[in-house]
Amino acid sequence: MKKTGAEIVFECLRHEGVDTVFGLPGGSVLTLYHALGKYSEEIRHILVRHEQGAVHAADGYARSSGKVGVCLVTSGPGATNTVTGLATAYMDSVPLVVFTGQVPTMLIGNDAFQEADITGITRPCTKHNYLVKDVRDLAGIIKQAFHLARTGRPGPVLVDLPKDVIAAETEFSYPSKLKMRSYNPTYHGHPGQIKRAARLIAGAKKPLIYAGGGVILSNASKELTAVAQKFSLPVTMTLMGLGSFPGTHPLSLGMLGMHGFFHANMAITHCDVLIAVGARFDDRVTGKVELFSPQSKKIHIDIDPTSISKNVQVDIPIVGDARNVLRTLMKYLEEESGSVQDWAKKHAEWHNQIAAWRNNTVTPDPSCGPCIKPQFVIEKIHEITKGEVIITTEVGQNQMWTAQAFKFTKPRTFLTSGGLGTMGYGFPAAIGAQVAFPDRTVIDIAGDGSIQMNIQELATAVQYNLPVKVAILNNHCLGMVRQWQQLFYEQKYIQSVFDVVPDFVKLAEAYGAVGLRATRPEEVEGVIRRALSIPKPVLMEFVIDQNECVYPMVPAGAPITEMILL
Amino acid sequence: MQHVISILVENEPGVLSRVSGLFSGRGFNIESLNVAETLDPTISRMTLVTSGNEQIIEQIIKQLNKLVNVIKVMDLTGSDFVSREMLLVRVRAEASSRAEVLRIMEIFRGRVVDVSSKSYALEITGDEKKIQAVIELLAPFGILEIVRTGKVAIVRAKKDAPPPGKAPEPKE
Repeated sequence: MKKTGAEIVFECLRHEGVDTVFGLPGGSVLTLYHALGKYSEEIRHILVRHEQGAVHAADGYARSSGKVGVCLVTSGPGATNTVTGLATAYMDSVPLVVFTGQVPTMLIGNDAFQEADITGITRPCTKHNYLVKDVRDLAGIIKQAFHLARTGRPGPVLVDLPKDVIAAETEFSYPSKLKMRSYNPTYHGHPGQIKRAARLIAGAKKPLIYAGGGVILSNASKELTAVAQKFSLPVTMTLMGLGSFPGTHPLSLGMLGMHGFFHANMAITHCDVLIAVGARFDDRVTGKVELFSPQSKKIHIDIDPTSISKNVQVDIPIVGDARNVLRTLMKYLEEESGSVQDWAKKHAEWHNQIAAWRNNTVTPDPSCGPCIKPQFVIEKIHEITKGEVIITTEVGQNQMWTAQAFKFTKPRTFLTSGGLGTMGYGFPAAIGAQVAFPDRTVIDIAGDGSIQMNIQELATAVQYNLPVKVAILNNHCLGMVRQWQQLFYEQKYIQSVFDVVPDFVKLAEAYGAVGLRATRPEEVEGVIRRALSIPKPVLMEFVIDQNECVYPMVPAGAPITEMILL
Repeated sequence: MQHVISILVENEPGVLSRVSGLFSGRGFNIESLNVAETLDPTISRMTLVTSGNEQIIEQIIKQLNKLVNVIKVMDLTGSDFVSREMLLVRVRAEASSRAEVLRIMEIFRGRVVDVSSKSYALEITGDEKKIQAVIELLAPFGILEIVRTGKVAIVRAKKDAPPPGKAPEPKE
């Protein structure tokens, strides 16, 4: 049967199992939106208020559910507004397919109204992108787009749809097979390499697992936990890896790196065998790279060969899917065990050393004086929700305090912009997560700076009655910027302090949401409990001390053992 | 160290920009780049000359392989290969020097491809050393314009070469 390009787009979405699209219409995509009317039974469209919000929402949807997030926006400014969202998803390997409108093919290159070379613009921040020039190619391209987005190292894919292409008709059949001669991700690690890794780990005295976001992306938490437990291997996690291993587990060292824990940074510096799983030795983790984990033999498991030996040379590279590799590693480790019966005993000295680092350090005190401490708010949220919650964050102090104080126990419950560090990510991402899981509690932990970057999405949350909760840690400034100025720029707070901050309670009310405020520590618990009991979007404002900093902290460029503790 | 990298890519719009964008975006350097269709019109071959230490070259090759449109990447450096470059050069050639320019062309097996009363346009093909030598020898006459193709390269067949048509597997 003949179908228009617009109909083909939605038929393809149906074949890919997509039931939710985040978007905002405009001139070039009206044909698509017109066709959407026919598919409204099967495909739910969430109308956002800004295209950046659409991409972050699709991203939150994808990270929390593991499915591909889908967006639909118009040409020109609609398309360029997706760039930050795409770059965010690209850095954190989130599977997205973003459809952008485009001017008719005959006008491309003519500087037409609302024309932007979006495939050119997004080439470096997408896994791949397409400009569809012929309606007959459309179904095949969409099939490829979804395949690329979700396989290998996942990532965002953009499909640019000229107006005449989506209006044109062709015979539609969804291709059942897909063959791409130039794209074949490696899923199974080289058995010889995994064997070598097993031998190295079995012989280690001070082994350490360094788990990243790849563990979550490949759904390998169960396998990681099994290996760590069975062979008594301590686990430290990157920001993106939080939730991949239970933060409450005795083997968990929590987060490492610039704002990681002292014992985690000490452990990685002194370990003799480092097992990196789905992590990429980011500069926020390694600190001064020459002094990063200097004594260890390094095993690196990653599906993306470019991540291996990019920043840090490794001894045993293993290209493959983390889940597959960990399963094989488990098998080989059992074979290599030899006479070892009690691994906890074998590694006892190492565990004691880590415990000593953990106990012999100073940590920021979350108890409040007259002012509310941000860590206190986060711990209260953890306590009241019992951790049964999806947390998103913005970027900066709110993000680091959350990463430190909240003990994530499950994968896909902590959504944060790790690589790009996009302020304004958390709130739309929370909306996306709430769309994916209408019955779960979703809380965005925000700062007053970040929340204002996508505050317009409050209207979206209200329109769809998405009961997202936002905890704004209001310090009336760009907290992390101010912190750097305090520590490294002679306490000159240039352009980081806000003279004007909106009244968040009134703002919430103006949008038809609920606003609550706590200015004293004793009000915190009541505000959180009330917010959780209201089945509507709620902005909670917690007024905190402007001088509160995130500690520990490793100054940029210093080795990660040189920490400012308090 | 200089590396000659041979890349097979899908013959599609935008592929060159993906490759060049990869180099500029990651701070790698392209010394020369040559692209043309292969026997299979859906595939193009790029011959790219770049330089860097071992780690950089490894990253370049991995990053190229990661591009969705890239089918195959071969680092020819380290394997046995032949490389050639073509030079088109316009050199001043007046009555007194015309014979000498032609003699140089004869020695280097070059050709005159355009003649005017004041100059010759010459075509010379060869490896890097030869091209360099020609340029040095022609310089005293006065070089007016120079156009170089950049390198193209092909792997030498092994002694126990596979039958024609089946490409030998160069070291990747």
